[in-house]
Amino acid sequence: MKALTCQELVELITRHLEGALGPAEEARFAEHLAGCRGCDRYLAQFRRTIDALGHLPVESISAGTRDHLLDAFRTWHAR
Amino acid sequence: MLGIEFGRAPGLVGRSGGRAGAHGHEEWNDLGDEIAGEAAAGDCGPLPNDEAVLARLKAGDEAMFALVLDTWSPGLHRLARGYVSTDASADEVVQDTWVAVIRGLDGFEFRSALRTWVYRILVNTAKTRGSREARTIPSGGLFAGEFLSEDAGPTVDPGRFQPGEGPGAGSWLHPPTAWPSPEGAAIARETRQRIAQALTELPERQRIVVALRDADGWSAEEVCEIMGISAGNQRVLLHRGRAALRTQLEDYFPSGRAASEGVSA
Repeated sequence: MKALTCQELVELITRHLEGALGPAEEARFAEHLAGCRGCDRYLAQFRRTIDALGHLPVESISAGTRDHLLDAFRTWHAR
Repeated sequence: MLGIEFGRAPGLVGRSGGRAGAHGHEEWNDLGDEIAGEAAAGDCGPLPNDEAVLARLKAGDEAMFALVLDTWSPGLHRLARGYVSTDASADEVVQDTWVAVIRGLDGFEFRSALRTWVYRILVNTAKTRGSREARTIPSGGLFAGEFLSEDAGPTVDPGRFQPGEGPGAGSWLHPPTAWPSPEGAAIARETRQRIAQALTELPERQRIVVALRDADGWSAEEVCEIMGISAGNQRVLLHRGRAALRTQLEDYFPSGRAASEGVSA
Protein backbone atom coordinates (compact mmCIF):
# COMPACT_ATOMS: atom_id res chain seq x y z
CA MET A 1 0.00 0.00 0.00
CA LYS A 2 1.20 3.48 -0.89
CA ALA A 3 2.66 5.43 2.03
CA LEU A 4 0.90 8.54 3.28
CA THR A 5 2.36 11.93 2.48
CA CYS A 6 2.56 14.67 5.11
CA GLN A 7 -0.05 16.61 3.20
CA GLU A 8 -2.41 13.65 3.40
CA LEU A 9 -1.70 12.90 7.03
CA VAL A 10 -2.64 16.35 8.31
CA GLU A 11 -6.14 15.89 6.90
CA LEU A 12 -6.63 12.58 8.71
CA ILE A 13 -5.87 13.75 12.23
CA THR A 14 -9.40 14.24 13.50
CA ARG A 15 -10.46 10.90 12.04
CA HIS A 16 -7.46 9.37 13.79
CA LEU A 17 -8.36 11.02 17.11
CA GLU A 18 -12.00 9.94 16.76
CA GLY A 19 -11.00 6.35 16.09
CA ALA A 20 -12.63 6.59 12.68
CA LEU A 21 -9.74 5.37 10.56
CA GLY A 22 -9.88 1.81 9.30
CA PRO A 23 -7.15 -0.58 10.49
CA ALA A 24 -5.13 -0.25 7.27
CA GLU A 25 -5.35 3.54 7.30
CA GLU A 26 -4.48 3.62 10.97
CA ALA A 27 -1.37 1.53 10.28
CA ARG A 28 -0.26 3.88 7.50
CA PHE A 29 -0.89 6.81 9.79
CA ALA A 30 1.23 5.33 12.58
CA GLU A 31 3.98 4.32 10.19
CA HIS A 32 4.27 7.79 8.72
CA LEU A 33 4.15 9.46 12.08
CA ALA A 34 6.93 7.30 13.51
CA GLY A 35 9.37 8.61 10.92
CA CYS A 36 8.25 12.22 10.49
CA ARG A 37 9.16 14.97 12.90
CA GLY A 38 7.09 17.57 11.09
CA CYS A 39 3.90 15.54 11.30
CA ASP A 40 4.63 14.49 14.86
CA ARG A 41 4.90 18.14 15.83
CA TYR A 42 1.81 19.06 13.83
CA LEU A 43 -0.17 16.39 15.67
CA ALA A 44 1.14 17.59 19.03
CA GLN A 45 0.11 21.17 18.21
CA PHE A 46 -3.28 19.96 17.05
CA ARG A 47 -3.77 18.18 20.38
CA ARG A 48 -2.59 21.23 22.26
CA THR A 49 -5.15 23.34 20.42
CA ILE A 50 -7.90 20.91 21.44
CA ASP A 51 -6.64 20.88 25.00
CA ALA A 52 -6.72 24.69 25.17
CA LEU A 53 -10.31 24.62 23.91
CA GLY A 54 -11.18 22.40 26.85
CA HIS A 55 -9.88 24.99 29.30
CA LEU A 56 -11.32 28.21 27.95
CA PRO A 57 -12.34 30.86 30.45
CA VAL A 58 -16.03 30.44 31.05
CA GLU A 59 -18.42 33.31 31.04
CA SER A 60 -21.99 32.91 32.00
CA ILE A 61 -25.04 35.06 32.37
CA SER A 62 -24.92 38.04 34.70
CA ALA A 63 -26.24 37.78 38.24
CA GLY A 64 -29.10 40.08 37.27
CA THR A 65 -30.16 37.85 34.39
CA ARG A 66 -29.93 34.82 36.63
CA ASP A 67 -32.22 36.46 39.20
CA HIS A 68 -34.63 37.47 36.47
CA LEU A 69 -34.80 33.89 35.22
CA LEU A 70 -35.35 32.46 38.69
CA ASP A 71 -38.24 34.92 39.00
CA ALA A 72 -39.59 33.88 35.63
CA PHE A 73 -39.51 30.24 36.72
CA ARG A 74 -41.33 31.06 39.95
CA THR A 75 -43.96 33.05 38.08
CA TRP A 76 -44.43 30.29 35.54
CA HIS A 77 -45.02 27.72 38.23
CA ALA A 78 -47.38 29.95 40.20
CA ARG A 79 -49.50 30.73 37.11
CA MET B 1 -19.90 37.52 34.71
CA LEU B 2 -19.10 34.40 36.62
CA GLY B 3 -15.40 33.79 36.34
CA ILE B 4 -15.30 30.05 36.63
CA GLU B 5 -13.27 27.73 34.49
CA PHE B 6 -14.31 24.35 33.27
CA GLY B 7 -12.56 21.73 35.25
CA ARG B 8 -12.34 24.02 38.23
CA ALA B 9 -15.89 24.70 39.25
CA PRO B 10 -16.78 22.56 42.23
CA GLY B 11 -19.80 20.44 41.58
CA LEU B 12 -19.96 21.43 37.93
CA VAL B 13 -17.59 18.84 36.57
CA GLY B 14 -16.99 15.41 37.93
CA ARG B 15 -13.35 15.03 37.08
CA SER B 16 -10.87 17.20 35.26
CA GLY B 17 -7.92 16.36 33.09
CA GLY B 18 -7.61 13.35 30.86
CA ARG B 19 -7.31 13.18 27.12
CA ALA B 20 -7.92 16.23 25.01
CA GLY B 21 -11.55 16.45 24.09
CA ALA B 22 -12.70 14.50 27.11
CA HIS B 23 -13.07 16.86 30.00
CA GLY B 24 -14.96 14.84 32.46
CA HIS B 25 -18.12 16.45 31.15
CA GLU B 26 -18.91 13.24 29.41
CA GLU B 27 -19.90 11.70 32.68
CA TRP B 28 -22.70 14.08 33.34
CA ASN B 29 -23.40 14.57 29.64
CA ASP B 30 -24.07 10.91 29.29
CA LEU B 31 -26.04 10.89 32.47
CA GLY B 32 -28.18 13.75 31.26
CA ASP B 33 -29.18 11.72 28.22
CA GLU B 34 -29.94 8.62 30.10
CA ILE B 35 -33.67 8.79 30.31
CA ALA B 36 -34.34 5.55 32.08
CA GLY B 37 -30.99 5.18 33.77
CA GLU B 38 -30.79 4.29 37.40
CA ALA B 39 -27.08 3.88 37.99
CA ALA B 40 -24.93 6.05 40.15
CA ALA B 41 -26.73 9.35 39.84
CA GLY B 42 -24.97 10.53 42.97
CA ASP B 43 -21.37 10.29 41.91
CA CYS B 44 -21.62 11.10 38.22
CA GLY B 45 -22.47 14.77 38.38
CA PRO B 46 -25.05 17.22 39.55
CA LEU B 47 -27.93 16.43 37.22
CA PRO B 48 -30.12 13.36 37.49
CA ASN B 49 -31.68 11.88 34.36
CA ASP B 50 -34.00 13.89 32.12
CA GLU B 51 -37.22 12.42 33.45
CA ALA B 52 -36.30 13.25 37.01
CA VAL B 53 -35.14 16.75 36.08
CA LEU B 54 -38.32 17.43 34.14
CA ALA B 55 -40.55 16.10 36.89
CA ARG B 56 -38.91 18.36 39.43
CA LEU B 57 -39.06 21.38 37.13
CA LYS B 58 -42.74 20.81 36.47
CA ALA B 59 -43.26 20.56 40.21
CA GLY B 60 -41.77 24.03 40.53
CA ASP B 61 -38.52 22.91 42.18
CA GLU B 62 -36.49 26.11 42.13
CA ALA B 63 -33.28 24.48 43.30
CA MET B 64 -33.43 22.13 40.33
CA PHE B 65 -34.08 25.02 37.96
CA ALA B 66 -31.13 26.92 39.42
CA LEU B 67 -28.93 23.85 39.01
CA VAL B 68 -29.88 23.34 35.37
CA LEU B 69 -29.50 27.07 34.74
CA ASP B 70 -26.04 27.19 36.29
CA THR B 71 -24.87 23.99 34.63
CA TRP B 72 -25.89 24.86 31.06
CA SER B 73 -25.71 28.65 30.90
CA PRO B 74 -21.92 28.89 30.39
CA GLY B 75 -22.05 26.64 27.33
CA LEU B 76 -25.13 28.46 26.05
CA HIS B 77 -23.42 31.78 26.58
CA ARG B 78 -20.34 30.67 24.66
CA LEU B 79 -22.44 29.47 21.77
CA ALA B 80 -24.52 32.65 21.77
CA ARG B 81 -21.41 34.81 21.80
CA GLY B 82 -20.53 33.61 18.31
CA TYR B 83 -23.76 34.96 16.86
CA VAL B 84 -23.93 38.39 18.44
CA SER B 85 -21.45 41.15 18.87
CA THR B 86 -21.38 41.79 22.62
CA ASP B 87 -21.48 39.91 25.89
CA ALA B 88 -24.62 41.83 26.80
CA SER B 89 -26.38 40.61 23.66
CA ALA B 90 -25.26 37.06 24.37
CA ASP B 91 -26.68 37.43 27.85
CA GLU B 92 -30.03 38.44 26.36
CA VAL B 93 -29.99 35.52 23.94
CA VAL B 94 -29.40 33.11 26.81
CA GLN B 95 -32.13 34.81 28.81
CA ASP B 96 -34.62 34.58 25.92
CA THR B 97 -33.66 30.93 25.53
CA TRP B 98 -34.43 30.10 29.14
CA VAL B 99 -37.71 31.99 29.01
CA ALA B 100 -38.68 29.90 25.97
CA VAL B 101 -37.54 26.77 27.80
CA ILE B 102 -39.71 27.58 30.82
CA ARG B 103 -42.71 28.16 28.56
CA GLY B 104 -42.05 24.96 26.67
CA LEU B 105 -41.52 22.65 29.64
CA ASP B 106 -45.10 21.38 29.64
CA GLY B 107 -44.82 20.40 26.01
CA PHE B 108 -41.44 18.66 26.19
CA GLU B 109 -41.86 15.12 24.90
CA PHE B 110 -38.45 13.43 25.17
CA ARG B 111 -37.97 13.37 21.43
CA SER B 112 -34.43 14.44 22.24
CA ALA B 113 -32.35 14.85 25.35
CA LEU B 114 -33.45 17.83 27.42
CA ARG B 115 -30.12 19.53 26.97
CA THR B 116 -30.21 19.05 23.19
CA TRP B 117 -33.64 20.66 23.13
CA VAL B 118 -32.44 23.63 25.19
CA TYR B 119 -29.41 24.13 22.95
CA ARG B 120 -31.56 23.96 19.83
CA ILE B 121 -33.73 26.74 21.20
CA LEU B 122 -30.57 28.74 21.86
CA VAL B 123 -29.30 28.28 18.31
CA ASN B 124 -32.62 29.42 16.84
CA THR B 125 -32.86 32.37 19.20
CA ALA B 126 -29.26 33.38 18.55
CA LYS B 127 -29.65 33.13 14.79
CA THR B 128 -32.67 35.40 14.81
CA ARG B 129 -30.94 37.86 17.08
CA GLY B 130 -27.69 37.67 15.13
CA SER B 131 -29.32 38.40 11.80
CA ARG B 132 -31.18 41.31 13.38
CA GLU B 133 -27.84 42.70 14.49
CA ALA B 134 -26.62 42.03 10.96
CA ARG B 135 -23.39 40.72 12.33
CA THR B 136 -21.21 39.26 9.62
CA ILE B 137 -17.74 37.80 9.69
CA PRO B 138 -15.57 40.88 9.09
CA SER B 139 -14.44 40.83 5.46
CA GLY B 140 -10.88 41.47 6.50
CA GLY B 141 -11.20 38.85 9.23
CA LEU B 142 -9.08 35.90 10.04
CA PHE B 143 -10.24 33.56 7.38
CA ALA B 144 -11.38 35.84 4.61
CA GLY B 145 -9.84 35.16 1.26
CA GLU B 146 -7.70 32.37 2.61
CA PHE B 147 -7.50 28.82 1.43
CA LEU B 148 -9.86 27.69 4.17
CA SER B 149 -13.46 27.28 3.20
CA GLU B 150 -16.12 26.08 5.56
CA ASP B 151 -16.15 22.44 4.51
CA ALA B 152 -13.93 21.69 1.53
CA GLY B 153 -10.31 21.96 0.47
CA PRO B 154 -7.03 21.59 2.35
CA THR B 155 -6.74 22.75 5.96
CA VAL B 156 -3.02 23.44 5.73
CA ASP B 157 -1.64 25.93 3.23
CA PRO B 158 -0.55 23.80 0.21
CA GLY B 159 2.46 26.10 -0.14
CA ARG B 160 3.94 24.45 2.93
CA PHE B 161 4.39 21.13 1.13
CA GLN B 162 6.57 20.13 -1.77
CA PRO B 163 4.58 20.43 -4.98
CA GLY B 164 4.47 18.10 -7.94
CA GLU B 165 4.19 14.36 -8.41
CA GLY B 166 7.75 13.14 -7.89
CA PRO B 167 9.42 11.62 -4.84
CA GLY B 168 9.04 13.92 -1.88
CA ALA B 169 5.88 15.55 -3.22
CA GLY B 170 3.48 16.26 -0.39
CA SER B 171 6.26 16.32 2.22
CA TRP B 172 6.71 19.30 4.49
CA LEU B 173 8.60 22.15 2.88
CA HIS B 174 7.89 24.42 5.84
CA PRO B 175 7.20 22.08 8.74
CA PRO B 176 5.70 23.46 11.94
CA THR B 177 8.22 24.99 14.29
CA ALA B 178 8.27 24.52 18.03
CA TRP B 179 5.83 26.48 20.18
CA PRO B 180 6.70 27.90 23.58
CA SER B 181 6.31 25.38 26.36
CA PRO B 182 2.70 25.10 27.50
CA GLU B 183 3.80 24.86 31.10
CA GLY B 184 4.24 28.57 31.70
CA ALA B 185 1.10 30.08 33.20
CA ALA B 186 1.38 33.20 31.04
CA ILE B 187 1.64 31.16 27.84
CA ALA B 188 -1.28 28.98 28.83
CA ARG B 189 -3.39 32.04 29.58
CA GLU B 190 -2.46 33.76 26.31
CA THR B 191 -3.18 30.56 24.40
CA ARG B 192 -6.66 30.38 25.87
CA GLN B 193 -7.40 34.02 25.20
CA ARG B 194 -6.21 33.71 21.64
CA ILE B 195 -8.23 30.54 21.06
CA ALA B 196 -11.33 32.03 22.66
CA GLN B 197 -11.15 35.01 20.31
CA ALA B 198 -10.37 32.93 17.22
CA LEU B 199 -13.24 30.59 18.05
CA THR B 200 -15.75 33.43 17.74
CA GLU B 201 -14.39 34.16 14.27
CA LEU B 202 -14.71 30.68 12.81
CA PRO B 203 -17.39 30.09 10.18
CA GLU B 204 -20.67 29.38 11.90
CA ARG B 205 -21.00 25.62 11.59
CA GLN B 206 -17.35 25.00 12.44
CA ARG B 207 -17.69 27.25 15.44
CA ILE B 208 -20.73 25.42 16.78
CA VAL B 209 -19.18 22.00 16.31
CA VAL B 210 -15.83 22.97 17.87
CA ALA B 211 -17.47 24.78 20.78
CA LEU B 212 -19.75 21.88 21.59
CA ARG B 213 -17.22 19.10 21.08
CA ASP B 214 -13.97 20.58 22.36
CA ALA B 215 -15.00 23.37 24.68
CA ASP B 216 -18.10 21.80 26.22
CA GLY B 217 -17.27 18.11 25.84
CA TRP B 218 -20.39 17.00 23.94
CA SER B 219 -20.31 13.68 22.13
CA ALA B 220 -20.23 13.48 18.34
CA GLU B 221 -23.71 11.93 18.40
CA GLU B 222 -25.19 14.81 20.37
CA VAL B 223 -23.66 17.37 18.04
CA CYS B 224 -25.06 15.56 15.02
CA GLU B 225 -28.46 15.59 16.64
CA ILE B 226 -28.54 19.25 17.55
CA MET B 227 -27.26 20.34 14.16
CA GLY B 228 -29.03 17.75 12.06
CA ILE B 229 -25.86 16.70 10.26
CA SER B 230 -24.21 13.38 9.45
CA ALA B 231 -21.34 11.91 11.44
CA GLY B 232 -19.03 12.46 8.47
CA ASN B 233 -20.03 16.10 8.11
CA GLN B 234 -19.63 16.68 11.82
CA ARG B 235 -16.09 15.30 11.66
CA VAL B 236 -15.18 17.44 8.66
CA LEU B 237 -16.40 20.62 10.36
CA LEU B 238 -14.61 19.67 13.57
CA HIS B 239 -11.36 18.98 11.76
CA ARG B 240 -11.49 22.18 9.76
CA GLY B 241 -12.30 24.29 12.79
CA ARG B 242 -9.52 22.75 14.86
CA ALA B 243 -7.01 23.13 12.02
CA ALA B 244 -7.93 26.80 11.57
CA LEU B 245 -7.47 27.42 15.28
CA ARG B 246 -4.10 25.66 15.27
CA THR B 247 -3.05 27.96 12.45
CA GLN B 248 -4.15 30.95 14.51
CA LEU B 249 -1.96 29.81 17.40
CA GLU B 250 0.93 29.21 15.04
CA ASP B 251 0.67 32.70 13.64
CA TYR B 252 0.49 34.04 17.16
CA PHE B 253 3.45 32.36 18.77
CA PRO B 254 6.68 34.24 18.12
CA SER B 255 8.52 31.11 17.09
CA GLY B 256 5.74 30.18 14.69
CA ARG B 257 5.76 29.93 10.97
CA ALA B 258 5.82 33.65 10.21
CA ALA B 259 8.94 34.16 12.26
CA SER B 260 10.77 31.18 10.86
CA GLU B 261 9.94 31.48 7.20
CA GLY B 262 12.46 34.15 6.44
CA VAL B 263 15.26 31.86 7.47
CA SER B 264 14.15 28.40 6.60
CA ALA B 265 13.10 28.76 2.94
